[in-house]
Amino acid sequence: MTTTDFVLEVEGLEKGFDGNAVLKGVNLRVPRGSIFSVLGPSGTGKSVLLKCIGNILVPDSGSIVFEGRPLRDPAAREDFRKRCSFLFQGNALFDSLTALENVALPLEQTTSLGKVEIFKRSLKALHQLEMKDFADRYPGRLSGGMQKRLALARAIVTQPEIVLFDEPTAGLDPLRRNAVFSMIAKYQRRFRFTALVVTHDVPEALAVSDHVALLNQGRIAYEGTPTAFAASSESGVTLFRDSVEALHQNLAAIRSEHPATS
Amino acid sequence: MVRQLGQTTLGIVRDTGDFTLFCGRAFLSVSKTRRLPRRILRAVYEQGAVCLPVIAIVGVFTGLVLGLQGYHVLSRFGSEGLLGTLVSLSLVREMAPVLAALMLVGQAGSAFAAELGIQRNTEQIAALETMGVNSLGYLVAPRLIAALLVFPAQAALFVVLGLWGGSLSGSVLLGVDSGVYWSAVERAVEFRDLRECFLKAASFGVLSTAICAYMGYHADRNTSSAGARAVSASTTRAVVFSSVTVLVADYIISSFFI
Repeated sequence: MTTTDFVLEVEGLEKGFDGNAVLKGVNLRVPRGSIFSVLGPSGTGKSVLLKCIGNILVPDSGSIVFEGRPLRDPAAREDFRKRCSFLFQGNALFDSLTALENVALPLEQTTSLGKVEIFKRSLKALHQLEMKDFADRYPGRLSGGMQKRLALARAIVTQPEIVLFDEPTAGLDPLRRNAVFSMIAKYQRRFRFTALVVTHDVPEALAVSDHVALLNQGRIAYEGTPTAFAASSESGVTLFRDSVEALHQNLAAIRSEHPATS
Repeated sequence: MVRQLGQTTLGIVRDTGDFTLFCGRAFLSVSKTRRLPRRILRAVYEQGAVCLPVIAIVGVFTGLVLGLQGYHVLSRFGSEGLLGTLVSLSLVREMAPVLAALMLVGQAGSAFAAELGIQRNTEQIAALETMGVNSLGYLVAPRLIAALLVFPAQAALFVVLGLWGGSLSGSVLLGVDSGVYWSAVERAVEFRDLRECFLKAASFGVLSTAICAYMGYHADRNTSSAGARAVSASTTRAVVFSSVTVLVADYIISSFFI
C-alpha cells in the first residue's frame, strides 16, 4: 500500500494527564474506505487516542496526518473537521432538540444551505437509518439503539469521508452490540466512509473490520487483518483475545477447588 | 503564608484573564455563528418571558415596601409629599437594576449555568466542536446579546411596577395625594437617572450572564467534584459570583454617577 492509500496516519502520538502518560507513542495508519478497529482493554487510552484524532484533546507530542497534511496546520484541521464526524460513547445528542433538529444542526451551522434543503437532507438521513417516524421525538424518549442510529444519522448527514466511533457498544447487551456493529458495517458500505472504531468487543469487531490494531499500555501492540489477529500467537494478543477462555479456565480451577455443596 | 498569598493572587489573575478571554471569544464568535437572530430570540424568551412573573411580583412588592417605609420616615419630618421622589429615585437608580438582575441571576442565570454544565458533562459541547460549530457562538453569544436587551427591559418593567406599588401603599393605603405622588415622580426622575438605570442593567446583564456561562461551560474544570456534583457546584458558584459581582459593579457604577 502506498501512502496515498492511507486516509489517516498517526505517528508517535503521546498524551498524558497530570504527569500520567496514557498514550506513549502510538503509530497507526488507517486505509481509505476501510473499517479499522482499535481494540484494547478498558483504560488503555483508546478513547483518548480517538479524541486526539478528533481534535477534542490536544496531544503532547507526535503527529496526526490527514490525506498527507498534518493536523497541526489550522487549514488542514479545518478541512479535516469538515470531512470527519465523531460518534460519542454517550451519543452526545442535544436533549432539548428533536431528532430532526439534532440531524439538521450541523447543516444549519456549517453550511449555507436553505431551510428547505436542510429539512430534505435531514429527513433523508433519518429515513436512511429507519428513523423517519421518530423525527419529532426528543432523544430522551428514544431507546438506546434508536439514539445510536440518530447519532449516526447526525454524523452522516454532512456526508463525511471518515467517521470516528468511540466505544459504540458501551453498556449494550450482546444482541444490541451485534446490531450496532451490523449498522456500522451496513452504512459504511452504503456511504463509503472510512470508519475508525475503538472498542473492547473483540468478536464483533473482528467480524466487521477490515483491519484491527491492539492498543495496550499506551502503545499499539499489534496491527493486522482480523484473520491474522485471530491466528496470532503474540502474548499481548492472546491475553486479550482469549480472555473468555482464560475466564473459563479460572472458573474451572475455582470449581474444582470449591465444589458445589448441593 | 507568603507562598499561599502569592499562589492565590496568581490564581485570581489567571482566572480573571481566562474569563476576559472567554468573554472576548464569545463576542467575537458572533460573526461565525449562523442563524444567530433565531438563537437570540429564543434566549430573549428564556431570559425575559420566563422571568417576567418573578420580576413583576418583586417589583410591585418592592414599591409597596418603599412606599410604606418611606411614608413613615418622611411623615416624621412632615415631608410626605416627597414620597414620589424617594420611591422613584430609589427604584430608578438602585433597586430596579440591582434587584431585577439578582432575580434574573437566580432564575435564568442558574438555569443557564446548569444547562451548560450538563452539556459539557454529556459531551454535547465537544460534539459541537467536532461538527465544526463554534460552541461559544452557538451557546453563549446569543445569551450575552439577549442579556443586553432583557436586563434593561426587565429593569424598566421593575421601575414601572415599583412606582405603581409605591403609589398603592402611599396614596391608596396611607392617604398621600395621588397627584402629589406622581408629580413628585415626574419632577424627580431626570434623563441621567434613567441613563444610570439602563447602563447598570446592561452591565449587570452582560457580567452575570458571562459569569454563569463561564462557570457552566467549564464545569469539567472542577477538580474537587465530578459529574452531577460538578454541575451543581458550578451552578452554585455561578449564582454566588454573579450576585456578588452585581453588587460590586453597582457600587463602582454608582460612584461614577454621583
